Amino acid sequence: MRNVSTIYQREIKSYFYSPIAYVVISVFLIASGFFFAGNLQFWQEASLKGSLDSIQFFLLLLTPVITMKLFAEETKSGTIETLMTSPVTDFDVVFGKFLAALSLYIVMILPTWIFVLFLTIFGNPDFGPIFSSYIGLILMGGLFVSVGLLISSFTKNQVVAAVIGIVSLIILWVVGFLSTYGEGWFYETLRYAGTFDHWESFTKGIVDTRDVIYYLSFSTLLLFITVRNVESRKWR
Amino acid sequence: MINVKNLTKRYVNINAVDNISFNVEENETVGLLGPNGAGKTTTMRILTCFMPATAGSATVAGYDVFNDSLNVRQQIGYLPENVPLYLDMRVNEYLMFRAKLKNIPRRERKKRIDYCLDITGIKDVQNQITGTLSKGYRQRVGLADTLIHDPKILILDEPTIGLDPNQIMLIRQVIKDLGQKHTVLLSTHILPEVEMVCDRIMIIDKGKIVAMDTPANLMKQLKTGLNVVLEIKGDGEKIKNSLSGIDGVRSVTWKEKGDANEFYVEGSGEGDIREAVFKCIVKDNYILREMKRHTITLEEIFHQITTKETEEVSDDNA
Repeated sequence: MRNVSTIYQREIKSYFYSPIAYVVISVFLIASGFFFAGNLQFWQEASLKGSLDSIQFFLLLLTPVITMKLFAEETKSGTIETLMTSPVTDFDVVFGKFLAALSLYIVMILPTWIFVLFLTIFGNPDFGPIFSSYIGLILMGGLFVSVGLLISSFTKNQVVAAVIGIVSLIILWVVGFLSTYGEGWFYETLRYAGTFDHWESFTKGIVDTRDVIYYLSFSTLLLFITVRNVESRKWR
Repeated sequence: MINVKNLTKRYVNINAVDNISFNVEENETVGLLGPNGAGKTTTMRILTCFMPATAGSATVAGYDVFNDSLNVRQQIGYLPENVPLYLDMRVNEYLMFRAKLKNIPRRERKKRIDYCLDITGIKDVQNQITGTLSKGYRQRVGLADTLIHDPKILILDEPTIGLDPNQIMLIRQVIKDLGQKHTVLLSTHILPEVEMVCDRIMIIDKGKIVAMDTPANLMKQLKTGLNVVLEIKGDGEKIKNSLSGIDGVRSVTWKEKGDANEFYVEGSGEGDIREAVFKCIVKDNYILREMKRHTITLEEIFHQITTKETEEVSDDNA
């Protein structure tokens, strides 16, 4: 576990040494400010419902930018060789990087609480759905980061990692909508696999264990595949 | 300390390392020598647990590289070729990160870092960002990193490549000093380097070990005796004939050089031919302007061994 924390600390520092963290956080906050203002004007009600849906879509585009460098950069610069010949396990490395990216994600969405402050000053919002939405956002962040991390471990090109990451997340998002085109186990599976359906119940103020388990198990599975993929250099 | 047995690493259609076996004893410095693509880096990557072998086994400090890889990695300091560093970190910060990863107890970290900064001579750049350092300094940061956990075994892949002559001297001296207390396996294709720092040389070509011995024995192995270079004034052909007649001379070649001729006399290996050569020249009244010994260098050994191999291979094919 100590190695996980060593790797975590380095990754966090590295985010803030490079412009990535600042650029991503600024872009995100500017965009979510627009979404908040726009939705507020349109719905004229003291809730985050519409804003968070837009923000959620925007996170889909930005999270792969956070995760793109995690493995791609190390493979490209060769530091993967010094890292993997140190006495650390593949799991330490993958998990440390995962936590670092997830932390940056959480740091990025935290300032949006200022919207909640505005809502309480000028209105009387229902806090239930707001809290549950943020729980949903964090769980979803775990999944998005796992997807990005896995893709980053496949390539040494950061741009490729980001683009494929964004495309994958969009597919994961829209695949749920396909379920409206039919019935039966196939469409039911699609509905379950898509992220949107699970996200929606959080925005309604419902923290359903089924949705929590969906996010946690899906993220765990992807992290497991990432560890295996990092390991695979040994049998390729 | 390092035992390698029938190690093979196969890529899609070539054997990068082909059934090699060798041992490295404790506190021995062994130079791995070979042309580009001979399999030096692959061998090192297997020993450092970066990639596994296709067949065969290797143990480092008593631990198997495949089954006991964490213990192996704790025992070795590995400097990869091109010295990859995190270019956004400061030197001392990078070394602190590596010290933590290599499980150095909290209280000793600072002391170890200071020691390594000192021994590699990079104390004055310790607060600089590694990305701003020149190649030579990066190399030394890499070396400091390999030493940080005081490993028993150092595996250095071309540690002096791309350095300026002064830095090469410095790094060689550092390696030589380390060789007293550490087991060192280093790869290079700079021959004077192995001659200077290594106890034993292993020449590897196309994934196979073609020679392995001390530098002195390798020269003996080639059965060349004492060769002399002469500069004599007089008729070249005649001098050649009389020199060829001397006992213990295997061959004589000559070419014109200014107003005199230069002779290359190859001895057959038994005894010193210099006195006989001198007497022969004096007897015929030629003027001797220069006589010097010519010892065969590692370059020549290396060239002979690696080209001999290819000739044999092409003979087999024919």
